Amino acid sequence: MLQFILRRLLLAIPVLFAVLTVSFFLVRLAPGSPFAEERAYPAAVIAKLNEKYGLNKPLPEQYLNYMNRVILHADLGPSTRYPDRNVSDVIVQGLPNSMILGATAYLIALVLGMGAGIIAALRQNSGVDYGAMAAAVLGVSIPNFVLGPLLVIGLSLSLYWLPPARWGDFSHLILPAFTLSALYTAYIARLTRSGLVEVLRSDYIRTARAKGLRESVVLFRHALRGSILPVVSYSGPALAFLLGGTIVVEKLFLIPGLGNFFIEAANARDCFIVVGVTLVVAVMLLVFNLIVDIIYALIDPRIAYK
Amino acid sequence: MTNPLLSVRNLQTSFYTRDGEVKAVDNISFDLEPGETLGIVGESGSGKSVTSLSIMGLIPTPPGKIKGGQVLFGGQDLLQITDEQMRKIRGKRVAMIFQDPMTSLNPFLRISRQITEISELHLNLTSKQSRTRAIEMLELVGIPDAPNRIDSYPHQFSGGMRQRVMIAMALSCDPQLLIADEPTTALDVTIQAQILELIKDLKARLGTSVILITHDLGVVAGMTDRLGVMYAGRMIEYGPTDTVFAHPAHPYTQGLLRSVPDPYEEVEELYQIPGLPPDLSALPPGCPFGPRCPEVVAKCQTQPEFVSVGTDHKSACWLNAVSTVQERKEIERD
Repeated sequence: MLQFILRRLLLAIPVLFAVLTVSFFLVRLAPGSPFAEERAYPAAVIAKLNEKYGLNKPLPEQYLNYMNRVILHADLGPSTRYPDRNVSDVIVQGLPNSMILGATAYLIALVLGMGAGIIAALRQNSGVDYGAMAAAVLGVSIPNFVLGPLLVIGLSLSLYWLPPARWGDFSHLILPAFTLSALYTAYIARLTRSGLVEVLRSDYIRTARAKGLRESVVLFRHALRGSILPVVSYSGPALAFLLGGTIVVEKLFLIPGLGNFFIEAANARDCFIVVGVTLVVAVMLLVFNLIVDIIYALIDPRIAYK
Repeated sequence: MTNPLLSVRNLQTSFYTRDGEVKAVDNISFDLEPGETLGIVGESGSGKSVTSLSIMGLIPTPPGKIKGGQVLFGGQDLLQITDEQMRKIRGKRVAMIFQDPMTSLNPFLRISRQITEISELHLNLTSKQSRTRAIEMLELVGIPDAPNRIDSYPHQFSGGMRQRVMIAMALSCDPQLLIADEPTTALDVTIQAQILELIKDLKARLGTSVILITHDLGVVAGMTDRLGVMYAGRMIEYGPTDTVFAHPAHPYTQGLLRSVPDPYEEVEELYQIPGLPPDLSALPPGCPFGPRCPEVVAKCQTQPEFVSVGTDHKSACWLNAVSTVQERKEIERD
């Protein structure tokens, strides 16, 4: 197992290298410049700025300089959008907020989604089942830029229960977390339901019932493990994208998270932030997928990594 | 005659599907004496497994439903008691082993957990006691090195070993009745013999009554005291195993016995019953075997009664009711 983890971590290195390279060139080859703003700078100022950030050099040289800085000095570079900060500062500032929001949304999705999925599977083809699955379809189909404003209109601007935006205490977390979790709740509910329905039909559940076990024991001891495997594998990428900053929801609720910085930076052609944030998301994806594989092996004894 | 341990009376179990009602078990009756082994044979879809699942109260509802009849076990009708009462009987007084040991054990749980949970539940043993009991049971069914292998997972066992584990599990509360639903179908031949020998041996030692469901006539011949033959959800012949083998009364049973190859005879082609088993959702009126029966007569358009044809021997065929050529001509004319 330890060997497996080490090998996966080693394999992550070329992947991250490729991510950096591809995202660097994609951003740099896109038209536009970090300094082409509405209020045009004099040509001399722009030349000076380009020189300051090393953007006047040929592209291959820029790339080599950048990779050199990232790999040898663990420095993700300066920010052209936020001249007083470098990329690491921006990530350190934005990431914790994004992670708090994402983790809350994931917990909501896990609890509500699995709860609804289990109830739907146990009451298969009943009104509860159809209701839960209709809600799940709704959850998947309503975009969060529709759901968010609807929640704000209802709970903030009409009932005054919760603040409509900004970031601060727990009350600021509730609306964006629910908005963000809707899609994931719906998806987890469907995965749980279909997984559990399949397991409940299996031979070993019939064996468990033939032993005279209570339905609760059949469900929690025998059925649940097998049926949450799809949820576990879905959680890897889901967590990476949730914790790595979500553009729409953070923008909607004015949350100073990584997603918000990312979209600001992208609009301002701040190539260093864009590549840096992409790297953060890539690292999270690799880490969470590795964790998912480890949890998989813990749940299913038939899986052994060598 | 003593009081039967199990007495199934006019059991009817149906499944409601898109094609309409499927009478998987249609009016079946049989008795099982304490310590006896009853074999139930029939081809796939004849209702053997549904019969056993009905006795266990494990018919998935919906789409299944037990429509009528009685399952008297120790004088108590299992179809009338509550789920809670049934749970106390299931696994404790009536245990069951299934066809496919590869899928019948929970792949996520250790063998120890899967065996101990049953004695903890029904015998109120502590976890330590039930573990000791589980090791005893595994040794009883011939698992070598049981104290060390008890914490394995099912995938670390072969098919035959898993079926032994299933048997250990089923017998760990000393049930009065063991239902074995095709316990050897999924195993290869040498292992089949071992498992059957094991069931036979344990039955003799523990005095358990057994219902052995199979489609292998060779298996029932050596194992059972009585034999019921099922066709299209009905029991069409029932009697002492020796009698049924020596004097099969129903043309279907005769056909089944003819299709068993005789190792001493050289034949070009093995006999088979012509046609296919009927579609249970669209049964023709009358005898369900009629369309395939070599001796079908006009009277077979109506359902034959399940009548006595000898001591303890019953059959559902119009031909059983005739003894003279004259009478036979009459039913042919009808």
